[in-house]
Amino acid sequence: MKRVIMSGDEAIARGAWEAGVTVAAAYPGTPSTEILENISLYKNEIYCQWANNEKVAAEIAIGASIGGSRALCAFKHVGMNVAADPIFTVGYTGVNGGLVFVSADDPGCHSSQNEQDNRLYAPHAKLLCLEPSDSQECKDFTVAAFELSERFDIPVLIRMTTRVCHSKTLVELGEREGAAVKKYESRPSKYAMLPAFARLRHVAVEQSLLDAEEYAYSSPLNRIEMGDRSVGIITSGICYQHAREAFGDSASYLKLSITHPVSGKLVKEFCAQVDKVYIIEEGEPYLENAVRALGIDCLGKEVITKQGELDAQIVRRAFGIGDEPEIYEVGIQAPARPPVLCAGCPHRGFYLAMKKYRDRIVPLGDIGCYSLGVNPPFNGFDTCICMGSGFSMTIGMAKALEMQGDKRKVFGILGDSTFFHSGITSLIDAIHAKANVCLCLLDNSITAMTGHQQNAGTGVDLMGNEAPQIDAVKLVLAAGLDEANLRVVDPIDLKAIGAAIADAIEANGTFVIVTKRPCALLKEVIRANAGAHCVVDPDKCVGCKSCMKVACPSLAFENKKAYIADVANCNACGLCQQMCKFNAITKVGGK
Amino acid sequence: MTTSILLTGVGGQGTILTTKILSEGLVSLGYDVKMSEIHGMSQRGGTVNTQLKFGDKVYAPNIGRGEADIIVAFEKVEALRALPYLRKGGKIVMDEREIYSMPVLIGQQEYPHEADKVLKETVKDVVIVPASKIAEELGSVRSQNICLLGALIAALNLEGVDWEKLVASSVPPKTIDVNVAAFKAGYKAVKPN
Ligand SMILES: Cc1ncc(C[n+]2csc(CCOP(=O)(O)OP(=O)(O)O)c2C)c(N)n1
Ligand code: SF4
Ligand code: SF4
Ligand code: SF4
Repeated sequence: MKRVIMSGDEAIARGAWEAGVTVAAAYPGTPSTEILENISLYKNEIYCQWANNEKVAAEIAIGASIGGSRALCAFKHVGMNVAADPIFTVGYTGVNGGLVFVSADDPGCHSSQNEQDNRLYAPHAKLLCLEPSDSQECKDFTVAAFELSERFDIPVLIRMTTRVCHSKTLVELGEREGAAVKKYESRPSKYAMLPAFARLRHVAVEQSLLDAEEYAYSSPLNRIEMGDRSVGIITSGICYQHAREAFGDSASYLKLSITHPVSGKLVKEFCAQVDKVYIIEEGEPYLENAVRALGIDCLGKEVITKQGELDAQIVRRAFGIGDEPEIYEVGIQAPARPPVLCAGCPHRGFYLAMKKYRDRIVPLGDIGCYSLGVNPPFNGFDTCICMGSGFSMTIGMAKALEMQGDKRKVFGILGDSTFFHSGITSLIDAIHAKANVCLCLLDNSITAMTGHQQNAGTGVDLMGNEAPQIDAVKLVLAAGLDEANLRVVDPIDLKAIGAAIADAIEANGTFVIVTKRPCALLKEVIRANAGAHCVVDPDKCVGCKSCMKVACPSLAFENKKAYIADVANCNACGLCQQMCKFNAITKVGGK
Repeated sequence: MTTSILLTGVGGQGTILTTKILSEGLVSLGYDVKMSEIHGMSQRGGTVNTQLKFGDKVYAPNIGRGEADIIVAFEKVEALRALPYLRKGGKIVMDEREIYSMPVLIGQQEYPHEADKVLKETVKDVVIVPASKIAEELGSVRSQNICLLGALIAALNLEGVDWEKLVASSVPPKTIDVNVAAFKAGYKAVKPN
């Protein structure tokens, strides 16, 4: 059998392929993005698509499942909030072809705005929940999930965490079972959830869950490993690895892989064999509550934090085993290294130009590369809640400011992918509500933050095919924006963008600024700028530091002179050049 | 017995490719290998850590404080930042390259140029490999990561794998020569004979 090292995300994709999946959809989101990217490697056998948002992705998968295909939909944890509406009701209808949702949670907020624990969705939406602890399980559980989904007529949630998604471990590969597409039959009483039918389906799904719990008792996916019986540990997912690492054979383990429904019978049997019970889990006391509900006393969140990611050491410390490791200490500190906008990033020009007007604006941000503009020296916005909110919140904020006589103009800032995700509905509302705000769409022709995925505006789809390119500017006008209140500008042109911002501040009614310039890291952009970079003439440079306000990582200042420290990454965007009144900066090289 | 290696650098320096080549070699030696590469926002010029553990059986993929046997640092202050992860008696393999972060560039924070000296005084086993300089002389600073891989392989005493062949099959075809040369130079920097 071939063993290869792969990430959890790659293994989910492999498992989907082996399970005979024929339709997959997602909206990107770290750490889940690589699942669909890897599924696209099987594009001859699996139709796959980046949807505009997670709700659409879930509905594509639901349609495929009811139609008879095995279908998968993946999202990051917060994406499940967006997709929750259809998911809660497909929990009632059940499936035709197996239906699997993969949620990639992010304890530790490595790349997210919160640490929500999506296991809690499983009982709430009436899904089966599987939690893999390494890449082998990611693959095997994906195959199992499709079987269980069809067997119990329930959608399955595979709940991953960043450490499982992005760790690479050994996997024994299997073969594709073959795409078993089931025949579609019209069954409104099962799939059309009007009240009368929904009430009946609610009864059916409760029975299915009881059947699944019975199955979970003897399922080979759940595992008991007996060691010393003084401590019995109940755990799931990556925390199994941390528990094993910390306790070794000095404890016994109930490794739950099916964490909804939890088999009460299995838990009771295990607990009867050990002196005391510890629950080791990240995030919420999910397993702990299930164990306590059985009337079993246990130790869990009382000693283990709900915050962040666990590791073996946190586990050891929590339960008072082993010594604190000795570490080296030194008297100096490393300066912070926050992520920054790349050299030549188009977003930088927008924030730089906005700085001049900052005290006349209340800018509300959103999620994307442009979120990095929140940091000094730009201090580019005040809020960032969720995708799309950068536009919608302006409506409420403008009202609140008006009522307190605050004359500042409210700006909303978001990117092209975020616009198609949910910014568009917010924009329609702003126009419809005649909101006196400025909405800024920073269009860099890609979904950059998550690693450069195509979106509705880029003209290419996930499978690499040409696709119709949706024109955001036309959409804005079609929504009824007064054309006099629209500016489409190049964000690297400081004068143009400054003028657009000044106009927006003075304007009445909804104003829209669209900045257009592709992300500096796109292959075509890199190719077009190959060899081009800027140079600072030290004889002309007077050391005024004006160019340093650009905060470009390629530009440095030493011995009273500016210089291009990282020539390889400078793409001659020319922002620094526009800032220099002494003509000390020039572009060289390139075509 | 497991060995824990923490590789640390700045987004874009190629720590992930280095770890990938290393893990492939270790798999071919029959070890259980787990590697963790948390990437997200850090692509954008932030600190990037990848962690690799190997042995007969590995459970947790991540390395806690005081647990790394070796730290491989692609940048000077990143070695300093990763220090709490080194176990007492562990080793540091590092480049002395300095990459200024935004707070340094805009004058908010100072760059501690003396970090390598401080590390040498504190941790006995510090091997400084001028990998970026070597790579630059060989033709491309981008081979810095492969040069450090050579140094790490030498430091780990990992025989039984044709590492140069593995490097050649993992890098873009046009860069094979410079990368193999960088690997050799890195190896030699630690094991001169
Ligand atoms: C509901 C939800 N889904 C996905 C994400 C992950 N995510 C963060 S930013 C982003 C894309 C932003 O793309 P765009 O708006 O085009 O901005 P860019 O990064 O290109 O500047 C995504 C998908 C999220 N934070 N929330
Ligand atoms: S990836 Fe593109 S959009 Fe994101 S910071 Fe870099 S240049 Fe800007
Ligand atoms: S703006 Fe011009 S003169 Fe001023 S520091 Fe920069 S390069 Fe020198
Ligand atoms: S031209 Fe100036 S601002 Fe643009 S990437 Fe180069 S150094 Fe940075």
